[in-house]
Amino acid sequence: MNTLSALRLFYDQVLAILGKDIRYELRSKQTWLGMGLFALLVFVIFNFAFDLRVENRAAVAPGALWVAFVFASLLGLGRTFAAEREGGSLDRLLLCPVDRRAIYLAKLLGNLLFIAVVELVALPVFAALFSISLFSGELLPIVLLGTLGVAIIGTLFSAMTAVTRARELLLPLLVFPLIVPVVIAAVRATGALMLVAPNEPPWLGLLVAFDVIFLSLALLTCSYVLEE
Amino acid sequence: MAVINKTGSAHHELAAPTRRPPLPLVSLLLNALACVGMMLSIWAIFLYAPTDAIEGLSQRIFYFHVPVAWLAMLSFVIVALGGAVYLWREDERWDWLALAAAEAGAVFTTLTLVTGSLWGRATWGTWWTWDARLTTSLILWFLYIAYLMLRSYLGKTPTSARAGAVLAILGVIDVPIIYESVNWWRTLHPAAEIGTPGALPPSVVLVLMLALVSFTLFYGALLIQLYQMVRLQYLAWRLRTRLQVVD
Repeated sequence: MNTLSALRLFYDQVLAILGKDIRYELRSKQTWLGMGLFALLVFVIFNFAFDLRVENRAAVAPGALWVAFVFASLLGLGRTFAAEREGGSLDRLLLCPVDRRAIYLAKLLGNLLFIAVVELVALPVFAALFSISLFSGELLPIVLLGTLGVAIIGTLFSAMTAVTRARELLLPLLVFPLIVPVVIAAVRATGALMLVAPNEPPWLGLLVAFDVIFLSLALLTCSYVLEE
Repeated sequence: MAVINKTGSAHHELAAPTRRPPLPLVSLLLNALACVGMMLSIWAIFLYAPTDAIEGLSQRIFYFHVPVAWLAMLSFVIVALGGAVYLWREDERWDWLALAAAEAGAVFTTLTLVTGSLWGRATWGTWWTWDARLTTSLILWFLYIAYLMLRSYLGKTPTSARAGAVLAILGVIDVPIIYESVNWWRTLHPAAEIGTPGALPPSVVLVLMLALVSFTLFYGALLIQLYQMVRLQYLAWRLRTRLQVVD
């Protein structure tokens, strides 16, 4: 009974912080709009660099998709804790008698939600560009799991770099090396949708494994990062 | 480790030193052993070790490359261990050790990449391939640089120490995963399969062992020096901020 009520409290706390972030974002609309436009712009730039056509899709489509998503995600991830800090609300949030993991999980879910909104805008464009059905095979689970992996690491380091001056510079430097396995698995799984290759490891399963490993590590360490 | 335990708590040291510091015996001994070992290694590498039948003289860089790469990896483990113990014990000496190991590790990883690249040019005809080992070394280098940048941006604060510890712990678990996933990523291209050395002759193993031991001794001596330097930097910084408060 005691653990159950504690768990209930934990979920209430996560939902409360998540709700606050969603309300803030709905009112300001600054993060996801910018991220969405950015993702589309990456496609435009990629088009000039790699000639995004249906004929080249097996070679360039997975790369273009994931570069756009990872870059756009990082823009939003950098804002999560930085916005709190600029508004002066980070200290108050940390003063709340709330489990640090609840704050982290709420921020993670919020980030995942914003990135998912951006992907909802970018995926149809991507599908039209390369004439892929949005619901073909495992595209949606791959996108979701890959995004989760990026968001897990990104949210943790967003909290870390929020206090520094050069956070826009520092965040990608910290996040990119660590998300290499997630990016490899996501790009390969997306590529397998377009060109079936023999002897491929189960990338989707590996993606799940990487997400589980990173999430456990992040939950173990987030209380050290979210201290002031 | 003995030297680190001897230094005592930081607050204690802020008091004016009354007695002369003891002779750094461990450090001197390590330096002397490393010096002798290095001399022997250089002799063994160039005069004792046999010239490789296929690769020729360029193979001798292997005796430098392998110890340096080993220390680059060992250093990251020390950074992560120092960070983990720091988080657990809240004793900043472990953080100083982690920072010192990160500085040494960044240098050794750079040397690994440079020597590997030179050897690759001579043997494979290319400076770089995206092989699992090379890619992982490069990611390790990026992690060291990110660690040092993070630490310098956050200043000499407990926040910086904790953030560094978390980065190092994530990194030390991530690096083997990166190695494996790059391996899987490359399974499609069996042509990238490179460097399958057969059984090494005993003299090669002997020289390699000698080089490994000498470099590790040298690394130990270097780590103590770096640790002391980091410690003095922190103490000096603390004194400086205290003076500013008095003003």
